[in-house]
Amino acid sequence: MTTAQTTSKSAAAIDKARAEGRAALIGYLPAGYPSVEDTIAAGIALAENGADLIEIGIPYSDPVMDGQVIQAATTEALANGFTVSQVFDVVQGITSSTDAAVLVMTYWNPVVRMGVDEFSRRLAEAGGAGLITPDLIPDEASEWMEASDKYGLDRVFLVAPSSTPERMQRTVDASRGFVYAVSIMGVTGARTSVSTAAKDVVAAAHAAGADRVCVGLGVSNASQVREIAAYAEGVIVGTALVAAIRDGGVDAVAALTKDLSTGLSRSGLTEEEA
Amino acid sequence: MAEAPSGNAGNDTDNNAAEAFLQGGSLKHAPGPYFGSYGGRWMPESLIAALDELEDTFNKAKEDPEFRAQIADLNKNYSGRPSLLTEAKRFSQHAGGVRIFLKREDLNHTGSHKINNVLGQALLAKRMGKTRVIAETGAGQHGVASATAAALMGLECVVYMGAEDCRRQALNVARMELLGATVIPVTSGSQTLKDAINDALRDWVANVDNTHYLLGTAAGAHPFPAMVRYFHEVIGEEARAQILEQEGRLPDAVCACIGGGSNAIGIFHGFLDDPSVKIYGFEAGGDGVDTGRHAATITLGKPGVLHGARSYLMQDDDGQTIESHSISAGLDYPGVGPEHSYLSDIGRVSYEPITDSEAMESFRLLCRTEGIIPAIESSHALAGAIKVGQRLAAEAAASGGTAQDKIVIVNLSGRGDKDVATAAEWFDLLDKDSAESEIGKEGEQL
Repeated sequence: MTTAQTTSKSAAAIDKARAEGRAALIGYLPAGYPSVEDTIAAGIALAENGADLIEIGIPYSDPVMDGQVIQAATTEALANGFTVSQVFDVVQGITSSTDAAVLVMTYWNPVVRMGVDEFSRRLAEAGGAGLITPDLIPDEASEWMEASDKYGLDRVFLVAPSSTPERMQRTVDASRGFVYAVSIMGVTGARTSVSTAAKDVVAAAHAAGADRVCVGLGVSNASQVREIAAYAEGVIVGTALVAAIRDGGVDAVAALTKDLSTGLSRSGLTEEEA
Repeated sequence: MAEAPSGNAGNDTDNNAAEAFLQGGSLKHAPGPYFGSYGGRWMPESLIAALDELEDTFNKAKEDPEFRAQIADLNKNYSGRPSLLTEAKRFSQHAGGVRIFLKREDLNHTGSHKINNVLGQALLAKRMGKTRVIAETGAGQHGVASATAAALMGLECVVYMGAEDCRRQALNVARMELLGATVIPVTSGSQTLKDAINDALRDWVANVDNTHYLLGTAAGAHPFPAMVRYFHEVIGEEARAQILEQEGRLPDAVCACIGGGSNAIGIFHGFLDDPSVKIYGFEAGGDGVDTGRHAATITLGKPGVLHGARSYLMQDDDGQTIESHSISAGLDYPGVGPEHSYLSDIGRVSYEPITDSEAMESFRLLCRTEGIIPAIESSHALAGAIKVGQRLAAEAAASGGTAQDKIVIVNLSGRGDKDVATAAEWFDLLDKDSAESEIGKEGEQL
C-alpha cells in the first residue's frame, strides 16, 4: 500500500487505535437518514462513544451490495429529498466536531455524474478522509487514482473471499488507508455469526502486503467485534447501527457504539474485565 | 428528464473508430470489455471471479466445435431456426412503397429472440458445473425463456420480477411456474425491471458458487454484452444470407427496437461492415421524449455506470437512475447495452425514439395488413421502418428512382400474443362489462 508519502487520515486513525493495543471501530451511517442533521448528530455520537472512523453512505437508487435494512434507510433518505452534495455537509459537520476520520461510502455513478475530480475536491475541502467504493474495482479506477492522489484522499477498495491471489495483490497495491475485507459472499445485513472466510481473507490481504485490513458485512455485536479484533486492524459495523438510529435515534447509536467498542481489545478482554 | 438532448457528440477516439470503419476496419465481433469508452466491469469485487470464470468458459466454448454443434442443433431442432424472412407487401404500402421484409423471430420457440441467448447461457452454466440459474424479467418474456432453457437442461431456475409486474403479468408468472421455475416478487426500490436486476445481483453475490446469472440482454458487466450478442448474431447472419438469396442484394436499411438492445445488436451485427446498409435502432419514446415519461436512453440519457457497464443512462443531476416509462415492458429499462452507445457515438447506427402511440398504430397496422400480431416491443421497429421507408422513398424520387428499389429489413423480435389485453385496452375493443375489460384495466396480459 502506498501510505508512506501521504498523510492518510484513515491510516492515522487505525494506527492510533493500534498504539492503544486495540483494533479500530468503524461505524457506517447513511447520509440524510432520517435527516442530514440526524446523520451529523449520530456521527458525532459514534465518535464520542468509541468509533475511530466513520463511514457515511451516499443513498443511491440501485444499491446492489446492500441488504434490506440499509436499502430501506437509503430509499427513505432519497424520498425525503437527499441530494448528493449534502454528503459534504455531513462530512464537514462531523469532522469539525470530532477527531474521527470520516470516509464516504458510495456507489460509483453519483461520483461520475458530479465529476470524479470535482467530487474529490469537495470531499477533501469538507475534511473527508477518502472513499470506500463497493462497485469500483481498481481495474476501472484510473480517474479516481489520479484524483485521490491530487487531493490526498484514501481509496478503500474491497477484497472478498472469492478474490484470486492476483486480484488480491492488485487491490491491496491500489488501496490507501486500509483494505476493506468482505467477510462473506453476500450483501450487507446483520448475521448471527461471522463467517470463517473472513479470517482467511484478512490473512491473504496481509500476505499481499496490506498493513491495515478492516472487516465488514454482517458484524452487529460486541462478541463479533471481539472475534474479528483478534486478527484484523479494524471492524466495520453498518446494518446494526442503521437499525439503531431507525429504532432509537441518536441515543441508540451512542449506546450501541459504546457496547461495540468493548469488543475492540486485542486481549479479548474489556477494560473492566481486565 | 429535464435534460437537453445530448446530441450523441463523438470524441476523437470515436472519430478515429468511425474513420477506421470507413477505411475498411471491421466493427464485427468486438470482444469487449470496452466498446470505445463504454462497457467494462463496474461491479463488486465479490463477483469478479465469477465474471472471469464465465469469460474463460465462454471464450473456450466459442472455439469448441462440440459447443458450436450443440448450439446449432438446439437452434434448428428446438427453437425452429432459421427463422423466416417474410416480405410484408401490404404493410409496405404504408411505408412510402419501399419493400419491407420481416425477420421472423416471433416464430421461434417461446415466441421471441430471447431463446437464442438463454440456450447458449444455459449450456455455459452446465459447462461451469452450475446447478442453478437466476434471471430478471420485466413482463416475463426473458423469465419464461430462462425457465424453458432451465427445464430443458435440468437446472434449478429462480426468476426475479417486480412485484407490480407479477400482479400485472399473472399468467406469465404461471407459465414460469409451470416450467418449474420459482418466481420471486421484488419489492425493493421502484419494484421494476432495474430492481429485479438489483435483486438478481444480490442473489448472485450470495450464491455464486453454484449459480449462474442468466442476464437477459446485451448489457451488464463484461463478458455479458459481447456474449449475449454472440448468441444473437445468428439473427443477422441468417437475415443477411436470406436477403441475398431472395433478392440478390443487401438491404438499404435494417431496423430494430432497443430496450437493453439484445435483438438489435443480434441483427445489426450481420450488417455492421456493410457501409451501404443504414442501421436504425428505435427506442421507447413513451408519452413523448419531452414529457419525461419515456425510455429513450441514448436519445436523452448521459453516460454513466449501472448494472456493471458504462453506457448511456437515464439519470438525474445526482446520478440517481430515473424510472423509465413505456407501454412495452420489454423496452422499459433506463439503461442500454454499451455497444449501442458506442455505435451511436461513432455514427454507425442512428437511434431514434418512437412514442407509445406510434408503436400501437404500427401494431394494429401489421395485424390488419399482414395477419401477424407483433410484440409491442417490435412494433417500435415497425413504426420506425415506416419513417425510414418514407425517407428512402423520398430519396429515391429525388434521384429519379422508385421506392420499389429500396429494401428495409425489420427485426420482428417477438410475437404479440402476450400483448393482446394491452392492445384491447388501448384500442377500446372490450365490452365494458366483460371480465376481460376488468383484466385489461389491471394491465393483465392474456
